Amino acid sequence: MTDKKKPKSKKGVFLRLSKYVLQQWPLFIVALVLTLLSNQLSLLGPKYSGVAIDAIELKGGVDFTAVWENIIYMLICYVASALLSYLLSVVMLWLSQKIIYKMRKQVFEKLTTLPVNFFDTHATGDIISHLSYDIDTINSTLSHDLIQIMTSIYTVVGALVFMWQISKPMILIFVFTVPVSLLFTRYRSKKVRPLFSKRAKKYGQLNGYAEEMLTGSRTISAYGRQEVISSRFNKINDEAMDAFYKAEYNAALLFPTINFINNFSLTLVAVIGGILYMFSQNGTILATSAFFITLGGVAQFVQYSRKFAGPINEFSNILHEIQSAFSAAERVFAILDEEPEKADAPDAKELKSAKGDVVIKDVTFGYTEEKTVLNNVSVNAKKGQTVAIVGPTGAGKTTIINLLMRFYDQQRGQILIDGIPSIDIKRSDLRLAFNMVLQDTWLFCGTIYDNIVYGREDATPEEVYEAAKSAKIDTYINSLPDGYNTVLSDDGVNISKGQKQLITIARAFLSKAPILILDEATSNVDSRTEIQIQKAMTALMENKTCFIIAHRLSTIQNADTILVVKDGTVIEQGNHEELIKQGGFYHSLYHSQFN
Amino acid sequence: MKWVFTFLKPLRSRIALGVGVKIIGTVAELIIPFLLSYILENVIKTNQIKSIILYGVAMTVCAVVACLGNIIANRMAAKTTMRFSTQMRKELFSRTLYLTARSTDRFTIPSLESRITSDTYNVQNFIGMMQRMGIRAPILLLGGSVITLIMDKKLALVMIATLPIIFFVIYSISRMGVPLYTTVQQSVDGMVRVVREDAQGIRVIKALSKVDYENARYDKANMKLRKNETKAGTIMGIVNPVMTLLMNMGIVAVVAFSAYFVSKGTSSATTVIAFMQYFTLISMAMMSLSRMFVMYTKCAASAKRISQVLEQASELEVIEDDGKGDASVHVSFENVTFSYLGKENNLKNLSFSLKKGEALGIIGATGSGKSTILRLLMRFYDADSGVIRINGRDVRSYTKDELTSMFGVVFQNDFLYADTIEENIRFGRDISKEDIISATKTAQAYDFINSFSEGYSHNVTTGGTNLSGGQRQRLLISRAIAGRPEILVLDDSSSALDYKTDASLRQALSRDIPDSTVITVAQRVSSVKNCDLILVIEDGNLIGCGKHDELMQTCAEYKEISDSQMGGAFLD
Repeated sequence: MTDKKKPKSKKGVFLRLSKYVLQQWPLFIVALVLTLLSNQLSLLGPKYSGVAIDAIELKGGVDFTAVWENIIYMLICYVASALLSYLLSVVMLWLSQKIIYKMRKQVFEKLTTLPVNFFDTHATGDIISHLSYDIDTINSTLSHDLIQIMTSIYTVVGALVFMWQISKPMILIFVFTVPVSLLFTRYRSKKVRPLFSKRAKKYGQLNGYAEEMLTGSRTISAYGRQEVISSRFNKINDEAMDAFYKAEYNAALLFPTINFINNFSLTLVAVIGGILYMFSQNGTILATSAFFITLGGVAQFVQYSRKFAGPINEFSNILHEIQSAFSAAERVFAILDEEPEKADAPDAKELKSAKGDVVIKDVTFGYTEEKTVLNNVSVNAKKGQTVAIVGPTGAGKTTIINLLMRFYDQQRGQILIDGIPSIDIKRSDLRLAFNMVLQDTWLFCGTIYDNIVYGREDATPEEVYEAAKSAKIDTYINSLPDGYNTVLSDDGVNISKGQKQLITIARAFLSKAPILILDEATSNVDSRTEIQIQKAMTALMENKTCFIIAHRLSTIQNADTILVVKDGTVIEQGNHEELIKQGGFYHSLYHSQFN
Repeated sequence: MKWVFTFLKPLRSRIALGVGVKIIGTVAELIIPFLLSYILENVIKTNQIKSIILYGVAMTVCAVVACLGNIIANRMAAKTTMRFSTQMRKELFSRTLYLTARSTDRFTIPSLESRITSDTYNVQNFIGMMQRMGIRAPILLLGGSVITLIMDKKLALVMIATLPIIFFVIYSISRMGVPLYTTVQQSVDGMVRVVREDAQGIRVIKALSKVDYENARYDKANMKLRKNETKAGTIMGIVNPVMTLLMNMGIVAVVAFSAYFVSKGTSSATTVIAFMQYFTLISMAMMSLSRMFVMYTKCAASAKRISQVLEQASELEVIEDDGKGDASVHVSFENVTFSYLGKENNLKNLSFSLKKGEALGIIGATGSGKSTILRLLMRFYDADSGVIRINGRDVRSYTKDELTSMFGVVFQNDFLYADTIEENIRFGRDISKEDIISATKTAQAYDFINSFSEGYSHNVTTGGTNLSGGQRQRLLISRAIAGRPEILVLDDSSSALDYKTDASLRQALSRDIPDSTVITVAQRVSSVKNCDLILVIEDGNLIGCGKHDELMQTCAEYKEISDSQMGGAFLD
């Protein structure tokens, strides 16, 4: 997704990031005030120590009262400064955590609005990488570098004011060196920036690959393919690390160079200041001239120059962190800018208690523009009727389901629910009118109870147990030490694919939706259990409009309409008797079971 | 943390060189302020422009050395970091793949994933930062301490007295820090888990309009992460102010003591002033050390998580064969009992044997232990009691490579990855295109593959989402037979095939790979009907064993399954 889009300008990313900071303006202002105060305090401490040392240095011996008095001031300053700086770090932590939390939330919520297609085309690991690595990178910049930048600005401006007061001509030195630093920084960061973007992208790919392969770790192990997969991982790893190195290598030039410019200007200050002082001393420069300078003046100017240069150094030092944060932010914003599922039209209709009449009219669809998967499919299913979809694998059966649920939108034709075109119905209402059990079972990490009640949140515990009983999974659940509170963890070993499917069937029993989709709903369930739940399944299908993709003839045989799909086209349509009579594809399929 | 050094060891000469260059650069940089103050204090008073310029040139030379030294050292550091991280991640990933099934179950996939990604980045960052910033502070600290000791031993000792307190503070906070950041990383696992689950289950979530529910579930994980990060940060944030405060207390103590010493005449005020300047330098060094220290705890927490994986025994131990097996029997189970969790037995006292080229069918209810038999045979787990033999040898006496080379396997819902069809079948093995094509012919995949415009170069998406269930299964079967395995294991891997295709597949298997022993786990009687031996499993017990016709007579459960299916047979 990131590659498709034009890379946003740095300014855009910067502005958007600043917006996040500014939205937390109360904390930000507190942080600013704390920064100022703690900086002031840290300057006061040395001042009192200076006074104390002066009191030690007195010709008439040490003035102990003055020394102690100033020591107490010093103590107060240092303790206060420590407290303030701790407070500041906590405030910054709150600030950055608030922002990061919000960003993660936004990205995740954005993800849930994206069309199914996004997840079909993006590696899960890469998606995760946005939420972990990228946002972490932004986080460390926000929590560490933001204070640094604020302090820097404060010190630079302060130092500049003092230098202006001491000697205007000597500031001219910085009139040359500062723009040189700025231009150089600009030039370098422009050059380095794409390298950082590439680095973030490569990390995303690396994470994507790692995730994908870990998912298949058992198969990799069974085939003893660890080495090959590792070597492919290494290739991607090498690329990612190469991107890391190139970015670092090029970024490494900046800080020492800026540091050099600063050191060089310091040298100029010392040399020129020294010479000006000499001329001031021997009268070449008059006391009234702007060029006049005292020894103390030179010393102070040097000190302030160092104060002035320090933050610039620091800034160039953390610049590459800032740049990697920008690249990360760019990736995060790219997700936030991703086109969501088309919003419901403002006049989208509600569909609260749908009857369940479904009409598919001349629907044509392809996942890509070039290749259509369905051609001119038409079906009519009245409330309570059952439509079975039959055909060789890959013929487009599941695609019909994708369209019914509006995971994808058809290119031509219409799907009507209760006579309303489905694209005019609010998506959430439309989908709630459907209940489905899919071949690929999906359970999340949580208790079995939570996984079943997922089908209808307001279901009572009794209803949940009832559903589990109907799905013939109740006995198994009760045999577990924790019963319904057993936590299903990732790829848990103690539960088989079939049991997982039974749980999703139990989930479906809770739903009251008028339209039911069964896509190989019992493919992983053994046939004895299947027979046992058959009655309950029949009850589930009662009074509902059903779309069934199945192998089991008995289910298909009783369907009101059987669609025989081949290569995206409905080649035969009718009930069992009619189709057998036709003696076509269905007929030959039907008879293949007896061979 | 020990493993970090193992990885750093081969890089040590490079690191030493980099550190050397860095030290030269840093020292050159530290000379600049000395020259500066020397100009201001001494040279300027000589009124000689020439000598001022001379010193200016010296400063410039130092600046150039510092600049070059830092550039070179930082680039070398980047290279070392790159080499280190490449090695670390490589090792970790490969180790992760070699983990035993039991270990993988225990770590869980999301946690392993965040160890490979998030944790390695934490360590990488630290290694990089140490080389870039970890040199200057110790030099300042050491140099400053030496100079102050030379200047005034007593005052220096006052300052040094604060060091034990500082180290105590560091020590006690570090003990808190590592567990704190471990918790943070665990919350990262939790967050990754939700994202991973939802990316995989997006259809169900959308179908049930559960977006709000999922947002809330994610929010919980997100909130927890925020809470733990804030907690860790709040506690670790103490380090820096406390260190600064302690250093400043040292300054106060120095001032107080010097008042005493000066009044006694054992110190002079000018020494005190100079002393204070060095002290400031030292305290700045301490502060930057404390920052690195906080990063260290974070890195240590991650390093520990990584080492947990690295230290995991990767393979089950290979033992000596007892020699009691019969080499003419291809596969045999002898009184095998097994339990996943050590509580209930998932497989009880199973015995059977197979000759080479025979076909075995396993049928039974979901969760009855069918797949467990396969996992034990392939030694993902070791049986609790009993012996499993292949060619008369205990499976535990084979090396992992010997064992895997014998098998071709398709698991339930097996995995396809983003690559071409050809590569998904080849799976990184040394298999010719001809063999791949003939495997797809046997697996009934040839026709549909050729229906794609790119044929065998057609790209499969992650998880094979752009293929139908039946197409996926046929590719997986192609993968399994392409390696001409001695034993072909099909775990419920033709469930999405229509009746006709399934039957053609069975025929093709016995025709094309007659020497392979085929083990089929299935729901459909039709898939196992023609097997030489069929096992009927219920709750981990073998309740029926024999050929189809025998079982129809002897095993009531088998007959029940068969009748139900033959009566209402399958159709696609």
